[in-house]
Amino acid sequence: MSDMIQMNGIQAINAAMMEAMAADPKVLVLGEDVGDREGGGVTGTMKGLSSKFGTDRVKSTPISEQAIMGAAIGAAMAGYKPVAEIMMMNFTTVAMDMIVNHAAKLRFMSGGQTSVPLTIRTLTGAGWQTAGQHSDFFEGWFAHTAGIKVVAGSNPADLKGLLLSCIDDPDPCIFIEGGMTLFVPGEVAADQGPIPLGKAKVVVPGSDVTIVSWSAQVLRCQMALQGLAEAGISAELIDLRTISPWDRACVLESVAKTGRAMIVHEAVRSFGPGAEIAATINEELFGQLKKPVCRLGAPQCPVPFAKALEDAYIVQPDAIVAAAKALMD
Amino acid sequence: MAELSNAARPDGPALVDIYRRMLRVERNDDAIRAALRRGRLQMPYYSARGQEVIPATISHLLTQEDQICTIYRGIQDMVAKDMPLKPLWAEIAGRVDGTCKGKGGPMHLTYPDMGIMVTTGIVGSSMPIANGLAWAAQLDGSKRVVVAYFGDGASNIGAFHESLNMASVWKLPVLFVCANNGFAEHTRYEDATSVDFIARRAAGYGMPGFTVDGNDADDMYAHVTAAIDRARSGEGPTLLECKTFRFLGHVLGDDDFYMDKEAKAAAMAADPLPALRARLIAEGHASEADLAALQAAIEAEVADAQEFGMNSPVPSLDELRRDVFAEEMPA
Repeated sequence: MSDMIQMNGIQAINAAMMEAMAADPKVLVLGEDVGDREGGGVTGTMKGLSSKFGTDRVKSTPISEQAIMGAAIGAAMAGYKPVAEIMMMNFTTVAMDMIVNHAAKLRFMSGGQTSVPLTIRTLTGAGWQTAGQHSDFFEGWFAHTAGIKVVAGSNPADLKGLLLSCIDDPDPCIFIEGGMTLFVPGEVAADQGPIPLGKAKVVVPGSDVTIVSWSAQVLRCQMALQGLAEAGISAELIDLRTISPWDRACVLESVAKTGRAMIVHEAVRSFGPGAEIAATINEELFGQLKKPVCRLGAPQCPVPFAKALEDAYIVQPDAIVAAAKALMD
Repeated sequence: MAELSNAARPDGPALVDIYRRMLRVERNDDAIRAALRRGRLQMPYYSARGQEVIPATISHLLTQEDQICTIYRGIQDMVAKDMPLKPLWAEIAGRVDGTCKGKGGPMHLTYPDMGIMVTTGIVGSSMPIANGLAWAAQLDGSKRVVVAYFGDGASNIGAFHESLNMASVWKLPVLFVCANNGFAEHTRYEDATSVDFIARRAAGYGMPGFTVDGNDADDMYAHVTAAIDRARSGEGPTLLECKTFRFLGHVLGDDDFYMDKEAKAAAMAADPLPALRARLIAEGHASEADLAALQAAIEAEVADAQEFGMNSPVPSLDELRRDVFAEEMPA
């Protein structure tokens, strides 16, 4: 049993980068403000990297998301393992051609002759009053694209382990940093290594209802646990950790046991990843469900600025408790 | 726009090799068009007939390790770089022996062994990726250079501007090669472009830019030599605007209604392929017999490749699950 270290998500991501760059000279970092002269990234996750590994391997870039992604793609094709920071997930929209048409597809379109082992790190999440162009969860867009893996940790240990796996993965991965998950401290084993992609984690076991969530929304589900317990509901909380490809076996096994399923995500509910998971549960467990699968997500509107609106936009713990109660009726 | 201080000139063997590459491009293009007309191939085809001098001269000056990123009108760039024709034909026929196992097709031909890294169907997208390959060359401490091919229309898309800026700031070993054929699909250059010469845009990104006669092997040779020397010596990128003419429209079957008929007729009368052939003879670099033998050998190679490609099996449906990721997708 290795020593446990208390750290937050920023420190965990930084530790993963430090280890990955020290272990493999092919690991590179690029993005806006990632160098130490610029502050080591907007949240400081990249602090110390350029000083330790040099500005050839850790490059601050122009504000040019297409060029950032293109540089990462080309370097990845040439055998490097670039970790490209797209500062906010909304900024991926200006690099979508590079991500969707190129990074995700070049292996297939070249018949396996080329590959693009890059990682895109990107920050997002409502709750900071950053409104409609700095807060969106677009994991559903990328999960709907063949050829890219979509990963989102909810706690420091998982953020570190999942990022290490993304960096080593032979295919492009988008690693989503939910803002809230970066600031909540947690225990991380001193020797925390890679956590396999595509494997969910049962955060809390239970028998009445399965709750599937990821990233910051897992934290809000955890806040709901007490309310659920008070209502006499035994909830099994699953942190999906990888949204694509997702751990069907873990989710289906849990729902087969509980007979009730709820998917909770921060993204807009309509056409969201919850729909895919709900449809799969329906297809696989139709006769065993005690209630229709429940999906909780944001309303079909841009993330609003005003605090009262933003609070209402986000699926809050009391909404999770209320939905679980309805499933138990 | 800058003038070259020291213009390198191609010698006889260089001109013969440039002509060989042009002829290989043209004979292959002719065979593809014939196969399309007879219904033996089904695909959208963007012929580069008339533009052969550009890739032929560049490829003559590149090494096998040097890399290119090109676009949907890009088969000439690959054939000029000596891509083997058998996997090319199998690919455009959608067959399993294709360079991409039939999964990319004519707009995504890839052949890393010859440095053909990316062929994109998205206007402008060759440039950002070329930067990344060039960054890798820089990190490797290699003298490798990367050519990003694109058209005049692509100089108006954001990727061009982001890429030139980054390449200049990072001193990347890239040649940005714009084949300016005067039309962005059907839109005339002057109706869509803010400058009289695309090469002027280089100044905005702090790199040399040259407008070159893309149908003239001497002019191309001099400017490409200078750009490669600059890239290999770590000084950074160059923008080369190569003026040329597209004989067969945007996509094969396009009736050229948007072109000026006289200008087109004049351009075709000045076809650079027979012009260079006549020069080789006139200057004594090759004999009629030499060039006839060269042409026969190329035509035999193209015929063989076509036969091979057309007879290659269609891909197994399992290919839908392969190469999405390194690990095969479950059935």
